[in-house]
Amino acid sequence: MKLDTTGLESALPLFGANCQMVDGFTAAPAFELPTTLDFDGFQKEAIQMVKPAKGTTTLAFIFKEGVMVAADSRASMGGYISSQSVKKIIEINPYMLGTMAGGAADCQFWHRNLGIKVCRLHELANKRRISVTGASKLLANILYSYRGMGLSVGTMIAGWDETGPGLYYVDSEGGRLKGPRFSVGSGSPYAYGVLDSGYRYDMSIEEAAELARRAIYHATFRDGASGGVASVYHVGPNGWKKLSGDDVGELHYKYYPVTPSTVEQEMVEVSAA
Amino acid sequence: MARYDRAITVFSPDGHLFQVEYALEAVRKGNAAVGVRGTDTVVLGVEKKSAAKLQDSRSVRKIVNLDNHIALACAGLKADARVLINRARIECQSHRLTVEDPVTVEYITRYIAGLQQKYTQSGGVRPFGLSTLIIGFDPYTGVPSLYQTDPSGTFSAWKANATGRNSNSIREFLEKNYKETHGQETVVESGGKNIEVAVMTKDQGLRQLEEAEIDAIVAEIEAEKAAAEAAKKGPARDA
Repeated sequence: MKLDTTGLESALPLFGANCQMVDGFTAAPAFELPTTLDFDGFQKEAIQMVKPAKGTTTLAFIFKEGVMVAADSRASMGGYISSQSVKKIIEINPYMLGTMAGGAADCQFWHRNLGIKVCRLHELANKRRISVTGASKLLANILYSYRGMGLSVGTMIAGWDETGPGLYYVDSEGGRLKGPRFSVGSGSPYAYGVLDSGYRYDMSIEEAAELARRAIYHATFRDGASGGVASVYHVGPNGWKKLSGDDVGELHYKYYPVTPSTVEQEMVEVSAA
Repeated sequence: MARYDRAITVFSPDGHLFQVEYALEAVRKGNAAVGVRGTDTVVLGVEKKSAAKLQDSRSVRKIVNLDNHIALACAGLKADARVLINRARIECQSHRLTVEDPVTVEYITRYIAGLQQKYTQSGGVRPFGLSTLIIGFDPYTGVPSLYQTDPSGTFSAWKANATGRNSNSIREFLEKNYKETHGQETVVESGGKNIEVAVMTKDQGLRQLEEAEIDAIVAEIEAEKAAAEAAKKGPARDA
């Protein structure tokens, strides 16, 4: 068991103003590094093994009424479908959502860590909620400090704060982008096609939900690594709310119902001669 | 090891931290600093000891900026102040970098107070010998605030406060005359003649008053006082 000896440490050195960065804000959790002879080679192997495949489809976009977040629910290991019911939209806190693409464990762990250690502690210390900008920046900094060690995270942080709706894309390379529309995963090209062509800023919540649902459906139709259930969430001024979770197989028949075709010639029973 | 332990802050048998109390004594001997918070303005004033003729008075700035919207004045050891101010300025920028937001007055006050407290609970160091008055505006709500920290590391918010020499009498004056409006006159009155005053508004940030402006306000106050005195004496003589 590792004892907490921070209280016994002597004061920060009086010379040199470069010791401030350990006040909890930019410090990454202290994991021990693996004991290998060749750390760089190990990093390369780790990345090769994980191979950011990101077999999934997730999307999010900002519109007049807030942020719409949608995802599929299939987990695949190569050609094997390991699960059709994965929760890819992670509830960080009542007003912020994160999406999962890449390593499931990585996404789940770091989102929970973000929700508790970063967002909740910030609320308690500062008596106000953390902004989406701040939360996404802190997550990006943490992921950057693990750069090259094999984390595979491609996430979107969506939320509503004092400045209105916010949407950021954050990945395990340490990149962070602010934007109005994002889609992440192997099915994202297909989702983008539907999303970009149907998007308008002033949609109603129902219209936006339908657009998100259709985009996920079309991605699952063409991408083998996406499927299962299309979940749609909405983030508004009072927090997030799950709007729907439809099986994409059933959605298919809703969008392309089977019409009984008219038969030209019916087979008639030939009377025995 | 025993020699290293000599200069630490330890409890006395009756629960005092003497080093901290001595630090407060050093504060009491420092130049007075006054702060007043209004509805949309905050004012800081610091007593200026008469400048030596050859000294370049512009290099002795007592009221400093921590960020565009936060300012600080202090009473006590000015060298300690320099160290604390540098760390606070870095923290303001670090906060802007990591959460893309300016600090709130409460946050930076908490940081400075935390730093002062750390030095009362560590080996081989002495507490900072200064109390600070921190003023600023909340970056989103625009509400003005005034906070005070002291060598023990405690901090609290104030409507008006003074620290340093004669702080008790200045505080009494503030208690009697404080009104929730523009506080510039109150500060100058309580301070006296040799005073450096800075006014902060939400839009214009910190503005140091010129000597001429201060003289004008002082003259105005003296005139008001004289008029009040005359009014008091007048009716008595008639009777």
